[in-house]
Amino acid sequence: MCAQEVPPHQPSEPSQPGHPSQSGQPSQAVGRTVLDERDIARALTRISHEILERNKGGRDLVLLGIPSRGVPLAHRIAERIEAVEGYAVPVGSLDVTMYRDDLRLKPARALMRTDIPADGIDDRVVVLVDDVLFSGRTIRAALDALNDVGRPSAVRLAVLVDRGHRELPIRADFVGKNLPTSLVERVQVRLADTDGVDAVTISEGTGGEAAR
Amino acid sequence: MKRHLLSAADLTRDDAELVLSTAAELRDLADRPIKKLPALRGRTVVNLFFEDSTRTRISFEAAAKRLSADVINFAAKGSSVSKGESLKDTALTLEAMGADAVVVRHGASGAPHRLAHSGWVRSSVVNAGDGTHEHPTQALLDAFTLYRHLGVDDRGRFRPGGLEGRRVAIVGDVLHSRVARSNALLLQTLGAEVTLVAPPTLLPVGVETWPVDTSYDIDRVLPGVDAVMMLRVQRERMNGGFFPTPREYSRRYGLDARRMATLQDHTIVMHPGPMVRGMEITADVADSDRSVIVEQVTNGVAVRMAVLYLLLGGNESGA
Repeated sequence: MCAQEVPPHQPSEPSQPGHPSQSGQPSQAVGRTVLDERDIARALTRISHEILERNKGGRDLVLLGIPSRGVPLAHRIAERIEAVEGYAVPVGSLDVTMYRDDLRLKPARALMRTDIPADGIDDRVVVLVDDVLFSGRTIRAALDALNDVGRPSAVRLAVLVDRGHRELPIRADFVGKNLPTSLVERVQVRLADTDGVDAVTISEGTGGEAAR
Repeated sequence: MKRHLLSAADLTRDDAELVLSTAAELRDLADRPIKKLPALRGRTVVNLFFEDSTRTRISFEAAAKRLSADVINFAAKGSSVSKGESLKDTALTLEAMGADAVVVRHGASGAPHRLAHSGWVRSSVVNAGDGTHEHPTQALLDAFTLYRHLGVDDRGRFRPGGLEGRRVAIVGDVLHSRVARSNALLLQTLGAEVTLVAPPTLLPVGVETWPVDTSYDIDRVLPGVDAVMMLRVQRERMNGGFFPTPREYSRRYGLDARRMATLQDHTIVMHPGPMVRGMEITADVADSDRSVIVEQVTNGVAVRMAVLYLLLGGNESGA
């Protein structure tokens, strides 16, 4: 693994409760803060409005967060949509572990929760929500996973941070912040729900960390 | 996890809870329109069954297929084994065919261990029952069933440590039961307290070294437990008098409606199958609300998917 120069999904690596976090301890993260709590809140509010505007309302929407940090983001967007439109949109989570293209390169990983809203996703507009868009491989896996769940009328992608360096022809429809980075840099999204604080930081990765 | 699953004793508490929490996520798959995941695409799983089995073989086959693995079923009847082929030569054949995992059931205790450690095959070996020794995936699915009833949080989610301090009685033919041994070991690892209940003739030699209590009196044990696991009397393995008559066994150690009435309200009744109704369990108990026997079968597929995924899905050397 050390030979791999790109950590395609490092920022959204699950840090499961009960298992040691692979993405380092939050207290260790020394880096430049690029989005603080209020920036994140504003970005999510804008994304929520953009989703509604683009979709001409929210009646047929389903928000699916990609674990772990996409899920709380999806819930926050749903809260904002409900505040504007006055009705709730279904929110779920979609674990893509078994659809990853690097499944065989690493030890078997614990699965995260997949939770599809009761009415399903057929003929609805699914908005995938993730924290960081990087190589695009996680989203490719998510599209495959969706394929086995149902047939949405359209799939959109909302991310809090787009850090570039795509390896697949995938783009986000709704972006909180475009963050130009170099490959050795490390973008870390922390959310109150999972990490106790809302912040997006960027730091120079040391060799070992960047390869993870 | 290790590369093989040969004994419930190989599993640490973290390993076992990883299997069970993975199974909890996989169980929902049964409710989806497409019951398939791509995790083991292109891998080959061989079911190598030297002994008869219905549910275990079908369960492993369904589990492997739901993970998109290719499955080859091998039953000793109708194979070259009946012509005198040895375990070694059968194993070498499987190796030459490129099996990634071998699920083996064998009448001889220790056969899966031999297969895993002799260097005959490079594949992962999963013990699906060897003689009177062990049946670790049955123990895992029993533990999973126990968790679903006794070890979940308010939202119905799997709770690590959920079996801590729970009491489980395993009743019946412990001597010939690989399920009892695997369950005793695994439940001890998960923090539950196990009591084996059997006539003295049906307790194995050396049971005092197991991490369990033993009792000869089912009526004293039943009111205090959270789950009762009934075992089948394995008459095909008996050549001798272990009890005077089936009727007497049934009256002293069988679970009937009268005994079921002494259980606590939340206590569940389990049986690894196949059941002999009227012998160790009466029909009205087996079909009652407390019985989770059918659910055990459903859970078996999810647990075996979790085991196959964790053994084959990744690559330990790539860490």
